[in-house]
Amino acid sequence: MTKIVIDPVTRIEGHLKIEAIVNGGIVKEANSSGTLFRGLEIILKNRDPRDASQITQRICGVCPICHATASALALDSAFGIADKITDNGRIIRNLILGANFIQSHILHFYHLAALDFVKSPDVPPFIPRYEGDYRLSELENSELTQHYIKALEIRRKAHEMLAIFGGKMPHNVGIISGGVTEKPTVDKITNFLWRLNELRGFIDNVYIPDVIFVAKKYSDYFQIGKGCGNYLAYGVFDLEGSEKNYLSRKRLLRSGITSTDLTYKTVDSSKITEDVKYSWYDDSQTHKYPLDEETIPKKDKKDGYSWLKSPRYEGNVCEVGPLARILVNYISGDETTKKLVDSVLSEFNAKPEVLFSVLGRHAARAIESKLVADNMSNWVLQLNPDEPVFTDYQMPEEAEGMGLTEGPRGALGHWIKVKNKKIENYQCIVPTTWNASPMDDKEQPGPIEQAIIGTKIKDENNPFEIVRIIRSFDPCLACAVHLVDLRGNIIGKYRTL
Amino acid sequence: MPKEFSVIWFQGAACSGCAVSVLNSLSPTIKNVLLDELVPGKHINLLFMPVVMAASGKSAIDVIIDAEKNKSGEYILIVEGSIPKNDFGDVAEKSMEDSVEELSKNASAIISLGTCSAFGGIPKGKPNPTKSKSVQEFLNSKNIKIPIINIPGCPPHPDWFVGTVANILLFGIPQLDELSRPKLFYGKLIHENCERRPYFDKGKFAKKFSDEGCLFELGCKGPYTNADCPIRSWNSGVNWCIQNGSPCIGCVEPEFPDLEAMYKKTHWSEEK
Repeated sequence: MTKIVIDPVTRIEGHLKIEAIVNGGIVKEANSSGTLFRGLEIILKNRDPRDASQITQRICGVCPICHATASALALDSAFGIADKITDNGRIIRNLILGANFIQSHILHFYHLAALDFVKSPDVPPFIPRYEGDYRLSELENSELTQHYIKALEIRRKAHEMLAIFGGKMPHNVGIISGGVTEKPTVDKITNFLWRLNELRGFIDNVYIPDVIFVAKKYSDYFQIGKGCGNYLAYGVFDLEGSEKNYLSRKRLLRSGITSTDLTYKTVDSSKITEDVKYSWYDDSQTHKYPLDEETIPKKDKKDGYSWLKSPRYEGNVCEVGPLARILVNYISGDETTKKLVDSVLSEFNAKPEVLFSVLGRHAARAIESKLVADNMSNWVLQLNPDEPVFTDYQMPEEAEGMGLTEGPRGALGHWIKVKNKKIENYQCIVPTTWNASPMDDKEQPGPIEQAIIGTKIKDENNPFEIVRIIRSFDPCLACAVHLVDLRGNIIGKYRTL
Repeated sequence: MPKEFSVIWFQGAACSGCAVSVLNSLSPTIKNVLLDELVPGKHINLLFMPVVMAASGKSAIDVIIDAEKNKSGEYILIVEGSIPKNDFGDVAEKSMEDSVEELSKNASAIISLGTCSAFGGIPKGKPNPTKSKSVQEFLNSKNIKIPIINIPGCPPHPDWFVGTVANILLFGIPQLDELSRPKLFYGKLIHENCERRPYFDKGKFAKKFSDEGCLFELGCKGPYTNADCPIRSWNSGVNWCIQNGSPCIGCVEPEFPDLEAMYKKTHWSEEK
């Protein structure tokens, strides 16, 4: 029996440690541990509620826009204007978030994940590295490395496109409660459109073909890293703004929950609980609805091994992210998604079941990039320079709000409670907390842990299988360790919209 | 063979936003910075950088151990993020405090990249739940004296970082102000070069977002924020905060994010 410890897990966002117990070449146990705590929710307390869109973006410099979006939605609902955001405001928010999705997905595949499959030149930062299971020829490695470099330029351009409406990136300044800060003009619209066209060209002609190419060389990874088999999505990219309940809104990527049997269920956010048996928090507060719990940190707890809690839906472990979203869209009858997924599957003569895997997650990310980018080219032309982008409001003395949306890495929720025009409580439940969560009270391991357990490790000194599985989830630890309330304050009760 | 300048990039209590911003460098590109000779005859050898490096786990952390033991005075240390108190941050089962202490002692110089590293930034925001310190504060508390260059910004502009590194390679440590910031980039107030300054001088103020006018009454911190954003612009010159109708939030300043509310609204007269 050997213990493999990977600490730090690099080429992700943030500080993650993975431990795996291997016996007879098979992983028997796996522990995923978040190793940094910053306490942003405590910092948010007593501030002006509108600071939330700026402060929460600093949760993560890779995916700040989803936090800006979730906080704006939460504030909109707290201020009573959830259904009054103008079309321009809604569309510009979508364009800023969409640009971040594309940037994040391209960055993830080429700069975070690809070095596990592609052997790049023997210079830092490409060395040191695990040695062994690289399957591409010298020429193919060289070509993919060229794409790595091209993708650096492309992801930069995605940020430039984002800044047309977002002002700057990382940490955009365009998205605020009430809409966005600046009107669209025709030059911005055209500028955006043509930058988007270049990105779409890259997605169609380089990114998707590269994912398929790598998948063909490493096709055993369609069978590796399956995970928990439950998939949860809140949905994202509002196609209309009149419905106050965000989960009932018409969205490009729909809300829903499914499992490996591919049946569709609607999401009810009141079914979310968080366990802390194996987290560094006091056991008295375990298995509660997130907003009913009191959080008491306990770093010296005997069984604790992570700063992450364990969110569960109806007590079940759920994976969130592009794979969950693409599956939900696929089974709920979105024609474009179905066509894209089927066309990728036909490359492998495979059924949708192969998507529950390392390669399935990469494929879903690439498919989603295309789906979002193609739709953005329609949205940008729906902007009207003569219409307003901002809806005015009065700051209420007391209010509550909830913002449910998706980040590149999965389902994201922000909750706010306002009192005396200040933040009394702020709570975020972020994608990586779902995916990288430790075991729950019923001893069910989290999605990444489950995906690692049972995996055959060919070479314990170069555990490619483990890092390929972890990175397929695109973990973002800076995001994941922020839902905790160090001071043990009672979190208020929130209305579920 | 070019002269190698080894760099270790350590992440403390950070969000990776500084790293992502540096990836946005336009000219030189990030490829030029990392793989080519940044200036003729001189090459940056990025030994450790968790977001981009191929290595994981032990092979990654061995790079740091080797630097601490064998490379005294041979590398530049870049710190992204603040330094939280012992309990709150570990890398490879070692507290961030201990890692930064050991890496600092042997560094030839330290670049504190981003407001968290330079001044404490977001993690140090009231009530500073993790007792975070800036790198300078932390090293002062340990009585370690290594030259520090602060490049604040949440995130910093890639030009501020790349320009500072190029300055070190070509001319040595740049001229710094009293907060250890390169004067070249932080020498003037946003307000002095702001494209909306004529509105301010004429007394034409935006009353709500998306209005024409100076953004001061919406909370703009430009009159007391030192950075060259108005003339440099962001993301390859596409835009910047005030051009986008968004008040400057003062993200380069030591008081960020506790300066005051980021946004104001004039018709809430009771607001302080």
